[in-house]
Amino acid sequence: MPQNKISKEIKQLADELELFDDVMDKYEYIIELGRALHGLNEKYKTRTNLVQGCQSQVWLHEYEKEGKLYFEADSDALIVKGLVQILIRIYSAHSSKEILEIDTALLKELHLSEIISSGRQNGIASMIQKIYTYARQDNDQK
Amino acid sequence: MNTIIKKDFPFFDKNDIVYLDSAATSQKPQVVLDKMQEYYTQYCANTHRGEHDLGDRATTEFENSRQYIAKFIGANTDELVFTKGTTEAINLVASSFVKSRFTKVFLSELEHHSNIVPWQLQGLNIEVFPLDKNLNINLQEYEKLLKENPKSFVSITHISNSFGIINPIKKLINIAHKYSCLVLIDGAQALAHLKIDVKDLDADFYAVSAHKAYGPTGVGALYGKYELLESMLPYQGGGSMITEVSFKKSSYLKPPLRFEAGTQAIAEVIGFKAALKYLFELKQTQKEEDVLLQYAKIKLQELSGIQLYTQAENVLGNISFTIKDIHHNDIGILLSKQGIMLRTGHHCAMPIMKKLGIKGTIRLSFALYNTKEDIDKTVEALQKAIHLLRKNKGAKSATK
Repeated sequence: MPQNKISKEIKQLADELELFDDVMDKYEYIIELGRALHGLNEKYKTRTNLVQGCQSQVWLHEYEKEGKLYFEADSDALIVKGLVQILIRIYSAHSSKEILEIDTALLKELHLSEIISSGRQNGIASMIQKIYTYARQDNDQK
Repeated sequence: MNTIIKKDFPFFDKNDIVYLDSAATSQKPQVVLDKMQEYYTQYCANTHRGEHDLGDRATTEFENSRQYIAKFIGANTDELVFTKGTTEAINLVASSFVKSRFTKVFLSELEHHSNIVPWQLQGLNIEVFPLDKNLNINLQEYEKLLKENPKSFVSITHISNSFGIINPIKKLINIAHKYSCLVLIDGAQALAHLKIDVKDLDADFYAVSAHKAYGPTGVGALYGKYELLESMLPYQGGGSMITEVSFKKSSYLKPPLRFEAGTQAIAEVIGFKAALKYLFELKQTQKEEDVLLQYAKIKLQELSGIQLYTQAENVLGNISFTIKDIHHNDIGILLSKQGIMLRTGHHCAMPIMKKLGIKGTIRLSFALYNTKEDIDKTVEALQKAIHLLRKNKGAKSATK
């Protein structure tokens, strides 16, 4: 598996999450991470940006700037907001090539069942898919 | 009482968790697993086909199951069709009966998607019986609608999967018949909790699933009055549902085999009987289940900001609620992390959620193996989760 800034960020987050012995403390930390999301401009809270399969509402807005892809998101649930922020820390501000180098299997290192499971109700999995689809589209245009 | 019952379920030997999602699917007692294993290890063969002894035994056990399950719900043996579950049973009626005879179907606002989408798929329009503020079907409105629309088709749930409300089915069927309407009852949630007698209810069709009543997944049944079943064309074609096949024309067996194309879920059908037999032999009464539900209702009131959606007296099987300013999804995740499995969301009943102006609820659903201790642990876990979520709601960013 290639090492790049993305895999390093995954490792970094995995280390941060590993610090907690108590699972409730861990999820409180995830909620805290979610506070770093500054919300999303209302104009981006559209049907197209709504991520399918979430019990809570998640909007994902993506754009490209100077060769890098940026992701912004928001959710109406606290934990999902934290999980979304984790994905943004991992994937935002990188090139599509860097994103596509990373196999999603690497996310297992985070040991977060909400990110790993692929149930039909799992919006986080849909969000990851959306990020990769956008990266592939961007890459194809180059 | 119920700690003894828990011992019958091997799932609880290996898992120290509180399971309050039995309305989605129940755990299975050892006797069900044993019966299925017995089929696979002692007489695994296809049914209704071969001449050999093994096939005969499989067919006998399969048909014994039909007889037992039919009797269990008060039906005649030849009025019970095996299906994949309640959903398929409703799809069968929609496709083979209602589509060719009706242009619309009358439902209550409480219905599960499985009692909405099958009708839409057949191009049928849907009309809705309104509910009162306690989420009960408004009987006057119900009668008025049917009086205006005689000879219609009505499909209603026996117990609501989202709110546990027991509909007054006998009365509803009686009123419907007064106006020459036919009625299907979605019994998915009722089989595990109520004594069902389709003849006493005078239901025209009644659909059930095994897996919500301690049986295996992948099997259920449709009861239909024989003359109705006889008037219906097959739902699917294939093996073992025909009398004769040529490339020009095929003729079909009589019901119920007419509707059972292809190899059936044989082990599951056998397990289905074992589950109902287990349920019968326990002689657990509705009253005992009611005690647990009332206990849960009282304990839940300790939570600040709780809104219970089941104030009604006629509630069984599950309780639904929301917590002020807290997303049900956050509760679901935090409860799961504390070993409490319950369901949050719209429970496949989006129309009623929309009517109530909510995105979803938190639902506790009960089975025979649940105890007061389960409820205590759940309320404690809920308190912890609510505390954590309230503390963090709106607090300023503490991280980078």
